[in-house]
Amino acid sequence: MKDIGWKVGGKQGEGIDSTGEIYALAMHRLGYFVFTYRHFMSLIKGGHTNYKIRVADDMVRHHGDDTHVLIAFDQATVDHNWGELVDGAIVIYDQSSFQATPPTAANVHLFGVPLTDIARETGGPIMKNMVAIGVTAAINEISPEEFRPIVEDKFSRKGQKVVDSNMEALRRGHAYYQEHFQVHFPVPAKPVLAAGADHLYASGNQATAFGALAGGCRVLAAYPITPATEIMYWVLKYFPKYGGVVLQAEDEISAINMAIGANFAGARAMTSTSGPGFSLMMEALGLAGMSETPVVIVDVQRSGPSTGLPTKTEQSDLNEALYGTHGEIQRIVLTPRTVEECFLFVADAFNLAERYQCPVIVLSDLYLGMSYQSIAGFPLDRVRIDRGKLVADADLVGLSPFQYQRYDPSVPDGISPRALPGQPNGRYTALGNEHNGIGLEVEDLETRVVQVDKRARKLSGFKHESGVSVDGDANARFAFIGFGSTYGVLEEARARLAAEGVIVKHIHFSRVGPFPTEPLHEAMAGVDRALVVELNSTGQLASLIRQHAGYHDKLASCLKYNGDPILCKEIISRSHEVFPAEVLNA
Amino acid sequence: MITMKDFKTEKATWCPGCGDFGVLNALQKAAVDLGIHPDDIVVVSGIGCSGKISQHFGSYGFHSLHGRSLPVAQAVKLANKDLTVIAAGGDGDGFGIGMGHFIHAMRRNVDITYVVMDNHIYGLTTGQASPTSDVGFNTKTSPYGTVEAPIHPIQLALAQECGFVAQGFSGNIKQLTQLIEKAIWHKGFSFVNVFSPCVTFNKVNTYDFYKHELVNLDDDDTYDPHDRSAALARVTGRENVVVGLIYEDTTRSSFEDATYGFPEEAIAKRDWALSREELAELAATFR
Repeated sequence: MKDIGWKVGGKQGEGIDSTGEIYALAMHRLGYFVFTYRHFMSLIKGGHTNYKIRVADDMVRHHGDDTHVLIAFDQATVDHNWGELVDGAIVIYDQSSFQATPPTAANVHLFGVPLTDIARETGGPIMKNMVAIGVTAAINEISPEEFRPIVEDKFSRKGQKVVDSNMEALRRGHAYYQEHFQVHFPVPAKPVLAAGADHLYASGNQATAFGALAGGCRVLAAYPITPATEIMYWVLKYFPKYGGVVLQAEDEISAINMAIGANFAGARAMTSTSGPGFSLMMEALGLAGMSETPVVIVDVQRSGPSTGLPTKTEQSDLNEALYGTHGEIQRIVLTPRTVEECFLFVADAFNLAERYQCPVIVLSDLYLGMSYQSIAGFPLDRVRIDRGKLVADADLVGLSPFQYQRYDPSVPDGISPRALPGQPNGRYTALGNEHNGIGLEVEDLETRVVQVDKRARKLSGFKHESGVSVDGDANARFAFIGFGSTYGVLEEARARLAAEGVIVKHIHFSRVGPFPTEPLHEAMAGVDRALVVELNSTGQLASLIRQHAGYHDKLASCLKYNGDPILCKEIISRSHEVFPAEVLNA
Repeated sequence: MITMKDFKTEKATWCPGCGDFGVLNALQKAAVDLGIHPDDIVVVSGIGCSGKISQHFGSYGFHSLHGRSLPVAQAVKLANKDLTVIAAGGDGDGFGIGMGHFIHAMRRNVDITYVVMDNHIYGLTTGQASPTSDVGFNTKTSPYGTVEAPIHPIQLALAQECGFVAQGFSGNIKQLTQLIEKAIWHKGFSFVNVFSPCVTFNKVNTYDFYKHELVNLDDDDTYDPHDRSAALARVTGRENVVVGLIYEDTTRSSFEDATYGFPEEAIAKRDWALSREELAELAATFR
């Protein structure tokens, strides 16, 4: 795999995002595999922001450690990103507004280009971004014309004149670089895409929303929150056509209670949120558990606790997803590893919620949710709708009111069929109080135990996919263990270590509740030492593994919690510390 | 034909004489009068003495969390628009912990009816001050008298341009039934506040107090319930003693009618599976 890392940075609000989008989409449409990562802050104007685009000739699931080309609209961009520049990297800075100085001595080409001045000549200073893309085209050795389809897509609504002036800015930037500089970082040769395979560009949040629609969700109740809001946007675009409703709730407490209400009524409903909102949902999570109402909750995790770092990524809601709410409830916690799994798992989450009549929590995170990337299509053929046990009208015929046992404790698997409001003779009250079989609030001690046991049986017979994937040599003595969004970077780290001659297998959780104990034991066979990689400060996954499966002497942690996504080199460096040298050198 | 028998359930667990019996009775009578089968009704309640009503009413019910009846109820209605949905709560449930949802439910205007059993006290937790307790009211948590000004639910509803605002008294079931019927009939969010005396813990706002003090707007031919500023003027300062239809605006669109693309057919009754072609078409938008 060959790749190139490109980054544009400046102050928030000066078009950094759209510059990154244009470049990324152009490269994607040319047939490359891209992975993007946006570094941004919780403010509208000012502050440093940057957009990293990795362009590769094969599928990549990480934004990459290195930057080959950096476009800097201010000195802060130079300073902030200096450390990740490769030997011989090119930094283009906007000479019209500042004179860049290297923070430290390094083999970096610091090239000044009057981006803003050139932009002024073609239509206005705002076009400095297009000039920068032109410069990039020159560095990448691509014709400016390759960007025309994207420019037309983006600006044709504003008229041909706007398209023309943007193309002119692009050409001027290209020409200026050709005239003044000789150093290039050509993009790799275009990949040959598999025949018939789709080449799509999506974020985890979009995939989540698409998965919900595909899975039959027609009610989304949510409160805007970074980094989950994009899910609402996508759904808002398509629900009107497919007959759904989006509720912007007054808060997350309302959002989850709405989702529960709609599910009770027989629709498929979801709420999407991030940590602070998820915390507000805890009481209602218990209500869904106790009333045995299906509900799907997507938590796009961000750095916590409290408001934390609203624009930074983390995997620290694992314990909350597994244990949150008072008392004890049944729940399923899925941890999609990729954009494709965001789609598939969310679609399937509605099946699981209805089959087991309990909340299903899908743990995504900012990195997976907001990073756009090229994928080879969605697993459309794997989408199914399975509504679980619903009472047939015929089974209710002849029943007198309140004979129907909504919470029938005699059902062997604990899953008693649901009636939906409007069904004749199916009347019952769903409730968060302890209750008897017909849904009447009771406090007698025997019923309590019977009903607790009934609910517990639902998941003791849980059947689904294994929840653990294993990549690499099954006989490896070393293992990486991760969950969710770190799948891609761990695969890269595994490949890099293999190139060093170190054989590592990669064990990855795509579900943490119910915990896949047996599949983990199978995966751990032959492993002497495992590095548990997770983005939190306390090693929540490692603790969970110890609790369910042991391996106390075999686990070491690789933790990151500064808000930035983990890099491949950080995992490699920790591997060198953890995997014993004599084995590494053997 | 629907009769009161269709709503028969186990006897309610409220204290003998509790105002909530009257509310339950009026709600059931209203459903009978309107000919709505209990299979097609969902009563959603919160927590407190009022919360028991979802189990006693005799329809489908959802006895939800403290203060959260409105979010649940609105979503039930949006998920299945063919159902008649009634949210029921108490003054602590609805105007304390759940107050935020009340304001926003009025903004949203989903076609449900909200009935609050207002007894000015927390009953189920055995007698603490509530958001509608009068200043100076002595309770276990206000032994020297409450110092916080009471919530004025009717004035709040008028200020928030709620499309249907009424106040009833559980000692006058006939009027209360009529008010609830009108509320259910109203398209959009309707609010009925009910003085529902707590015979055990509130010795001030009693049946006798209301019988003596209440002013019935429905008996006043000069009162126009379609004039919001007149309604506000009429209830300001005497909100605690006014009953009747206080305000109705039939021109406001419900959430369902106003929302672009809101499905004609009840969401819960539809087949949601997308065809392979539809899925492929959606996937193609990601190219």
